[in-house]
Amino acid sequence: MTSLQTELNGKSTATLEKPPIIVAKNVEKTYGNGFHVLKGVSLTVNKGEVVVLMGPSGSGKSTFIRTFNGLEPYQKGSIEIDGTPISNGKKGIELVRREVGMVFQQFNLFPHLTVLKNITIGPIKLRGLSKADAEQAAMELLEKVGIAHQAKKYPGQLSGGQQQRVAIARALAMKPKVMLFDEPTSALDPEMVREVLDVMRSLAESGMTMVCVTHEVGFAREVADRIIFLTEGNLIADTTPDQFFNNPKEERLKTFLSQILH
Amino acid sequence: MDEFTLSRTFINLIIATKWTIILSLIAFVGGGLVGALIALMRISSNKLLSRISWLYIEFFQGTPLLLQLFLAFFGFSVVTGINLSPLVAAAIALTAYTSAFLGDIWRGSIQAVPRGQWQAASAIGFGYFDQLRLIILPQAVRLAIAPTVGFLVQVIKGTSLASIIGFTELSRAASLINNVTLQSLLIFGLAGLIYFALCYPLSTWSQQLEKKLAYK
Repeated sequence: MTSLQTELNGKSTATLEKPPIIVAKNVEKTYGNGFHVLKGVSLTVNKGEVVVLMGPSGSGKSTFIRTFNGLEPYQKGSIEIDGTPISNGKKGIELVRREVGMVFQQFNLFPHLTVLKNITIGPIKLRGLSKADAEQAAMELLEKVGIAHQAKKYPGQLSGGQQQRVAIARALAMKPKVMLFDEPTSALDPEMVREVLDVMRSLAESGMTMVCVTHEVGFAREVADRIIFLTEGNLIADTTPDQFFNNPKEERLKTFLSQILH
Repeated sequence: MDEFTLSRTFINLIIATKWTIILSLIAFVGGGLVGALIALMRISSNKLLSRISWLYIEFFQGTPLLLQLFLAFFGFSVVTGINLSPLVAAAIALTAYTSAFLGDIWRGSIQAVPRGQWQAASAIGFGYFDQLRLIILPQAVRLAIAPTVGFLVQVIKGTSLASIIGFTELSRAASLINNVTLQSLLIFGLAGLIYFALCYPLSTWSQQLEKKLAYK
């Protein structure tokens, strides 16, 4: 499977033969204040796919992505990660979360731990790796994201872009089956967006299954296999980047594109 | 009464200081243990536990320590028929008082750690107690340490109230010696200096810790 995937470069031709990693069906969520944020959204993400979620603010895209690892409870519908259901309040959600890496808008690195320990704490405590093995793996990941020389520093001593790259390495250290990105570049200064997108791009090229909420049009165009458009809690488009940007059909999507493509 | 020379007075005060220190230590340790439990209950998602700990905090913060000492000393014997020694009654009251304040300080420190830290820890796959132990508490401790040490100063001073239920610590010893020698200014001045000598190092330590523990 892996070799096939690499051969076909994780792109659309192989999609049909790939097993689904995320299966979300008719997911509905209402916040405590009565706001109906998700109105029955369904999405299937297959192994090796890069799916980008776009939509205006308040459309529910961040909430939706957070239901995939149980950070946001939902009331109706179902979500399965690699065959394991994510249900509300059930025990064992931790085991599913180990398989789902998440990168946050605000990085959320642990400020009391060094960069290296931020990355090794999960594998040591949850995957049972020895300290030496975990550190070796962490250094390889830091090498990949280009900040191995900062391993002994604390997060507060790094720039935003560097912190976000550490956060990506931290999530990857758990060897997840899928990576979720929740607006990973939205809190960054403009000059740091690119270094983070480059890391995400090479991650996509390595065959990682990714779901990204992002406003980065260039990234979506070049890297995504599919683009999902959410608005007011409804999924109204699920299409290729080419169709999405060059031949949008839905009125709401046309309006959105006219607002973000200057 | 010539045996109460200055040095005798001083020695007697120092001996009584031992009890002030012992009572303070009991309050720190007992209050710390109970306070930790109170803080954990307060942040629990279990409504009942959280409510009980809220009531506990509000009761002991909202009533005078003196009244709590009376309740422990007189109230306990009325209800159970057992007379507590002044030391035990003072230890119970000070533990309750200290635990309510420490519990509240620590609750605040835990809640001051950004929600994103809990989310990041759970996204990695840590369960609730691992999140708390590995990620949240180490950060909360940094926030809590200065106000905690600062509050310990209040506890040391608070032990003086135990003199009213007949526990002979520094304040009561000073008062007893004064009854004999009538050298009020000297004796209470000395007692004040001893309290200051106990509390001042804690205050400065608290300030140093605050600077040292700030993230670089």
